[in-house]
Amino acid sequence: MFTKTAHELHSLLINRKISSMELTEAVFARIEKVEDKVRAFVTLTKEGAIKQARAADERIKNKDGVTPLTGIPLAIKDNFCTRGILTTCSSKILANHLPAYDATVVHKIKAAGGVILGKTNMDEFAMGSSTENSGVHPTHNPWDLKAVPGGSSGGSAAAVAADEAVLATGSDTGGSIRQPAAFCGVVGLKPTYGRVSRYGLVAFASSLDQIGPLTKDVTDNALFLNFMAGHDVKDSTSVDLPVPDYQKSLVDNIKGMKIGVIRELLGKGIDTEVKEVFNRAVKKLEELGAKIIEISMPNFEYAVATYYLIAPAEASSNLARFDGVKYGHRTREAKDLLTMYNQTRAEGFGNEVKRRIMLGTYALSAGYYDAYYLKALKVRTLIKQDFEKAFNQCELLLSPVTPSVAFKIGEKSADPLAMYLSDIATIPVNLAGLPAISLPCGFIKDLPVGLQIIGPAFAEETILRAAYTFEQNTDWHKRKPALN
Amino acid sequence: MAISKKEVEHVARLARLGLNEEEKERMAKQLSNILDYADILKKIDTQNVPPTSYAIPMKNIFREDKVDPCLEIEELISNAPDLEAHMFRVPKIIE
Repeated sequence: MFTKTAHELHSLLINRKISSMELTEAVFARIEKVEDKVRAFVTLTKEGAIKQARAADERIKNKDGVTPLTGIPLAIKDNFCTRGILTTCSSKILANHLPAYDATVVHKIKAAGGVILGKTNMDEFAMGSSTENSGVHPTHNPWDLKAVPGGSSGGSAAAVAADEAVLATGSDTGGSIRQPAAFCGVVGLKPTYGRVSRYGLVAFASSLDQIGPLTKDVTDNALFLNFMAGHDVKDSTSVDLPVPDYQKSLVDNIKGMKIGVIRELLGKGIDTEVKEVFNRAVKKLEELGAKIIEISMPNFEYAVATYYLIAPAEASSNLARFDGVKYGHRTREAKDLLTMYNQTRAEGFGNEVKRRIMLGTYALSAGYYDAYYLKALKVRTLIKQDFEKAFNQCELLLSPVTPSVAFKIGEKSADPLAMYLSDIATIPVNLAGLPAISLPCGFIKDLPVGLQIIGPAFAEETILRAAYTFEQNTDWHKRKPALN
Repeated sequence: MAISKKEVEHVARLARLGLNEEEKERMAKQLSNILDYADILKKIDTQNVPPTSYAIPMKNIFREDKVDPCLEIEELISNAPDLEAHMFRVPKIIE
């Protein structure tokens, strides 16, 4: 039963065919069986999960506020604060950090009766595209254990793909939900900036970070988003707009929908085989009634450079708080205050985090601010305008999620720039604050390929509708990894 | 453009980040590499382009000046590496 989706399990639960306790135990048995190979989790919370499952069963028995999340075992990325449960961002600097509060999304999941299995591995502070930058251990791709699961939400994507969790949360700053979803063959949505409260999400780049769901299919994605979305007084960047019922978007019909294919994301740098799989997916959407046009985004070639100035600049500021004073690691060699700061951060941060702090500090420093940081903010405007022009011509945009399928562990870790360039298709979306989904659209030698569907701000409903229609008429999402 | 080891040391000082010699060398090379790549932005004319800090329009949020329930102080400070009487102890600042 652990292979089923949340919406399938929900009907089994409310019809009393299974209990949440049985389900939760089955998922923990699954974790026990495959976690040695996958290593998706950094913390497991079996005791708490059993309690939550028992409470969910009571709720179902008494028909007391049952939601589609009640009794469903799910995983939380380790950069979401969970009260009394280790929240480390897979970093040594937070190795012993026990938050005093729950992130708003965690609070909502608990209130809806979700069962929290544990915290999933990630690139340290969400900085990376492979989960190799975890300060704890790497995670393995369930489709090929020698390959990376993507990142930074690699643990969440791998856990869902390996049936170690029914649902998982992720965060996406430059592709950190969509890219691992593509590499692991699951569905991942990055909502519009401001759609989901970031309260309690450890900040990486505050103008780009957004929380979203990783799930086994599009239906689960819509239902999980229902519980995440909404205004929150605790996050002043969360948007005060009504939240639609996203499950109503699950309509198998895209007849007449005008969809653009981004020309610049089918050029050099994208693997030929990925292009072939992508083109077949576009053809499928066309057969289903979509009107496909080609769209040019002339400023896309600047997106990676723009992002790798803005995101590290924001990160260098956000990560200044890790100084060994109020929480987290403190060096033992602290003779004076300055040495304490320098040494605490030297010991606590990994290589990629140090690199980004340095890059960001440089881009913000006197003499370079205008040339790098301010310049990047201006190019960001141009990229945003490319999208605005595109959405005057079509309702949605399509591209591959990644230039290649999952690469091998160690393949790109020595060359930071090569790793950065693998985010070419996902980064522009964050710079413009837009929503986008990744869903499985084919395979290359048993490794999944992701289709990215991008929409205008707050058009999650249109995205989900197109994704649902594609999914209902294909069966890529039904394939399961052999885990060997 | 190449970043010198001296510049790396300056930026590390600003960032309060201790780096050993090997890290300084590596950082100089890698940052130079990344910033060389970022130089492609220089060829774009952005003279009349306004900067975008947030992609979605933002406005200031105000609330009434009243006390709401707050987090448990004991629980919050229990994460501190060195505490004394509800205060964070740090190495001596003033000689």
